[in-house]
Amino acid sequence: MTPALQRERDIVPEVQPAPFDVDTVRRDFPILGRAVRDRALVYLDNAATTQKPRSVIDAMDRYYEEENSNIHRGVHLLSQQATFTYERARGRIAKFVNATEGAEIVFCRGTTEAVNLVAHGYARPRVGAGDEILVTHMEHHSNIVPWQMLCQETGATLTVAPITDEGELDLSGFADKLSSRTRLVAVTHASNVLGTVNPIRRLCDLAHEFDIPVLVDGAQGAPHLAVDVQALDCDFYAFSGHKLFAPTGIGALWGRRELLEAMSPYEGGGSMIQSVSFEAIIFAELPNKFEAGTPNIAGAIGLAAAVDYLNGLGMERIAAYEDELLDYATERLLSVEGLRLFGTATEKVAVLAFALQDAHPHDIGTILDTEGVALRTGHHCAQPLMQRFGVPAMARASFAFYNTRHEVDVLVSSLAKVKEILG
Amino acid sequence: MSELRELYQQVILDHNRKPHNFGPLDTANRHQEGFNPLCGDHLHVYLLLTDVGVIDDIHFDGSGCAISKASASLMTQLLKGKTADEARARFEGFHAMVTSDTDAPVDLEAAGKLAVFAGVREFPMRVKCATLAWHTMKSALEGEATDPITTE
Repeated sequence: MTPALQRERDIVPEVQPAPFDVDTVRRDFPILGRAVRDRALVYLDNAATTQKPRSVIDAMDRYYEEENSNIHRGVHLLSQQATFTYERARGRIAKFVNATEGAEIVFCRGTTEAVNLVAHGYARPRVGAGDEILVTHMEHHSNIVPWQMLCQETGATLTVAPITDEGELDLSGFADKLSSRTRLVAVTHASNVLGTVNPIRRLCDLAHEFDIPVLVDGAQGAPHLAVDVQALDCDFYAFSGHKLFAPTGIGALWGRRELLEAMSPYEGGGSMIQSVSFEAIIFAELPNKFEAGTPNIAGAIGLAAAVDYLNGLGMERIAAYEDELLDYATERLLSVEGLRLFGTATEKVAVLAFALQDAHPHDIGTILDTEGVALRTGHHCAQPLMQRFGVPAMARASFAFYNTRHEVDVLVSSLAKVKEILG
Repeated sequence: MSELRELYQQVILDHNRKPHNFGPLDTANRHQEGFNPLCGDHLHVYLLLTDVGVIDDIHFDGSGCAISKASASLMTQLLKGKTADEARARFEGFHAMVTSDTDAPVDLEAAGKLAVFAGVREFPMRVKCATLAWHTMKSALEGEATDPITTE
């Protein structure tokens, strides 16, 4: 452990578990108090983006009001303070995913950029014609398209591990796809549509038998599950701030030090170099090598504030509360006649994708909106998954720990209105 | 709720349930595919265009929401027997109506049967649904390449 991280551990106090009080929690999120079309907002689009607690908004305001300056450059006080706050944020985020050191956390715009960083910096020099990249049928486009582009450029093949009708990964199908030609496995921690939680540790064990590194798309995993990259034994873990109660435009890639060190930089520019002449460049050490240009400083500070907030609540308590809410919501939705759920895996995060009779998801979305219920309709950036289930689109209610049973009831009663109107 | 009733008028719901001129047109000499990648709406418009530029027959098929299906259905009813120029003019008028300011009065006479779509103005995200079939029809008239057109 680096001295910086050791200090982090000393600074952050242990939080005593207390009963999860959703009403109190909701008061931490200013937007949850607003009305939509004269109704109380029922925000069930958390898999798209989450709302931000006051502490995150305040942390960013405080940075702009008191410390704003560029980092890693100036000798003046503000720059020193901003650098300290930014690097301290990195340390807290490292700890949140149980990384061994802050240098293994690379700040980026979000999961999409993190996946692209690995595609360019890790995979591209190591992948050639005849090689394979293995993904699963439940991936978000952000964990498909970068690999397809890589395959087009290199002549490699994208292989796809199948899923079952319940929306679970077919483990033997996955194992069958692994071979000595596979160069990387890219798999989601949790499906943004089906909610399925993949057995990452097992997948890593299987892949590592062939010495294949595993990238985990944690965009939907990190907001719901306690992430421990060492216990998962994955090689890269990518996640987005805005799905983790932090601002948009910030996210992080965790990678094993030896892999990150072996990787080429993704973008060139300031901050990522040790020295530059017109004849030669020496790249900076980790993680600066991957952070060209002035980063999203306020975003990183906001992300660390979100992580602090989540630690305060406790990810285990969050997961337990959400499990109960998911059970309740599943039961209530299944009681709606003509409703079909997509994704009935045993291990799920609180995401419920559904169809209702012949109603098109877009019409469902508009009618629910007039009841104050915000949910997502469409293909959810997972068109191959839509094809797997034979539908062009789905409606999706995705929950966070600030959602309530009452909100589930509003969703269900609003679905009755959908039936009433569309008949 | 009134805005919703305004959007999902009975005429629209009826056309959604029982769309007119639905299915491929064997005699068609123009065909275009339309796609709204955002919501997955996907339809085909088939035209039989005479030498003098009259739409002798028009069909559509595909999948989509109530608004896009009803709009396509009503469009085929209105355009059968019209000239290509009349069809384009009708589209312009329709497009202007659904994208107009919600306070602006609707010219009911000009809009005719299409006035039922005035409620779309309250739901800007749904304008693309209402216009997908029309964009596709226009593209089919122009006999453009067969690449799908999108409303994105």
